[in-house]
Amino acid sequence: MSALRPKRDTRAALHPVCLAPRQEEKMSSDEALAAALANDLDSAFEALALAREHRLYAFALRMTGRPRDAEELAEETLVQAWRALVGYPPERRRTLRLRPWLFQIVANLARNRARSARRNETLSLDAEAPRGDDDQSAAHVAERIADDDPLGNPEAALAREQRLADLAALLLTLPAAQREVVILRHVEGMGYAAIAEVMGEPIGTVKSHASRGVARLRLALERERVAAAQEAYS
Amino acid sequence: MMNDDERARRPGALTTARDLLADCRALGDAQTSAPIAESALIRVGLADAYLTIETPLGLVYVAWNARGLSVVTRAESAAAFEAKAYRLLGRRVYHNATPPQRLVDALSAWLAGDEHAPLTFDLRGQTPFMRAALLKAREIPYGEVRPYSWIAREIGRPGAVRAVGTAMARNPAPLFIPCHRVVRADGHLGAYGLGGPASKRAILSAEGLDVDQLEALAESGVRYVVSESGDSYCYPTCQHAYSIPPQRRITFASEAEAQRAGYRPCNVCRPPEAQLAS
Repeated sequence: MSALRPKRDTRAALHPVCLAPRQEEKMSSDEALAAALANDLDSAFEALALAREHRLYAFALRMTGRPRDAEELAEETLVQAWRALVGYPPERRRTLRLRPWLFQIVANLARNRARSARRNETLSLDAEAPRGDDDQSAAHVAERIADDDPLGNPEAALAREQRLADLAALLLTLPAAQREVVILRHVEGMGYAAIAEVMGEPIGTVKSHASRGVARLRLALERERVAAAQEAYS
Repeated sequence: MMNDDERARRPGALTTARDLLADCRALGDAQTSAPIAESALIRVGLADAYLTIETPLGLVYVAWNARGLSVVTRAESAAAFEAKAYRLLGRRVYHNATPPQRLVDALSAWLAGDEHAPLTFDLRGQTPFMRAALLKAREIPYGEVRPYSWIAREIGRPGAVRAVGTAMARNPAPLFIPCHRVVRADGHLGAYGLGGPASKRAILSAEGLDVDQLEALAESGVRYVVSESGDSYCYPTCQHAYSIPPQRRITFASEAEAQRAGYRPCNVCRPPEAQLAS
């Protein structure tokens, strides 16, 4: 289905980073969408899918590192969400906490996929190795930087792009549980209670995954920096 | 020896936490041009895909879903089509620039006269009568025409001729449900939704029908024809009758007249009496 290419101005959907609350959350909060799903499932689900497709994609991309996989996961998540919602009575739809619920579906699908990939794994089959980013999202990163600072210099933009790509690649080296928590907490900005819900783990465990994960990221980044510096001076 | 976790938690010499977290946050803004929501909506039946195809009537928009074709129409622009389809379907349609080859092949084959081209239709929301009338029109062969009354008789509602006209007027998939092959009993082509009578004439001509001859026959009161050597009477465009040269053609203004002359209804084009007899 990824062959379908509707004309859509993706640029219009871009927005400066680190603005909270994020654009789509402001326009269609979990509560508003859940209430709409209880009243008119069909049209509310359309609104939900269009409002959240990019967040689901971004989450899946950070979990898997593979853009194609991430597109499939995000699409499959929406399809599974629909199938579940159709079976729920309106009252259950109204009280759904959509964001954790959707991320939980993505996470489950990603885990299953990783499991079956491991089962089929051979050394030569590593054709599409995890990447931090692809050309497409790198281009988006560049575009975003331009949005952030129209007068900014291209070198700084490139450096930031590289830094983000490195960080995305580093995330993929974290143990699965740490990666999932760090992404939910620091990429998606979710609270620990919601993350615990997604993971099906106690809050304490989740917090510990988060701090270990972040610490590892910082250590790894620091090592890279030191290595780069040594190379520069040697 | 400290492991990585322990070493990582030592203070000092670490990347500033604020930079790291700001970068993390930025990673959540990755976007793709892949139509994720559209694909999912199409898969669950909340949206249809559409393509455009060149036909004897020019560029035509064709929307479809898992059940089959849902809307076929001409439009000024993609936006105009999308709006019209939304009005008709109550759900959105999304352009598919690389539609399934099977579908494209089936559409082309049907337009070229292949009656067995594997096409299905999404006729949800139509009454059982509408559905029966529309699918019956699919049985009229390429390049032939039948009167509205023929459809009414064939679907077991001989009195519902006007309702058949309404059904054809509301045909969601003209060309592929060939309502252009349904004409008035007096031989006049009648109305056509996809661009009026001129379009109806154009598409029938494209199918090889001599519309002028058909109209001339109707004008002179002819409703059924028989070959000199034949024993059954046919609609003028029936494959059994169409090739009869005028000098060997016997014509009738009514079924009663043909039957009085000793002819029986053709088994292929099935004039109404054929159904009463069987």
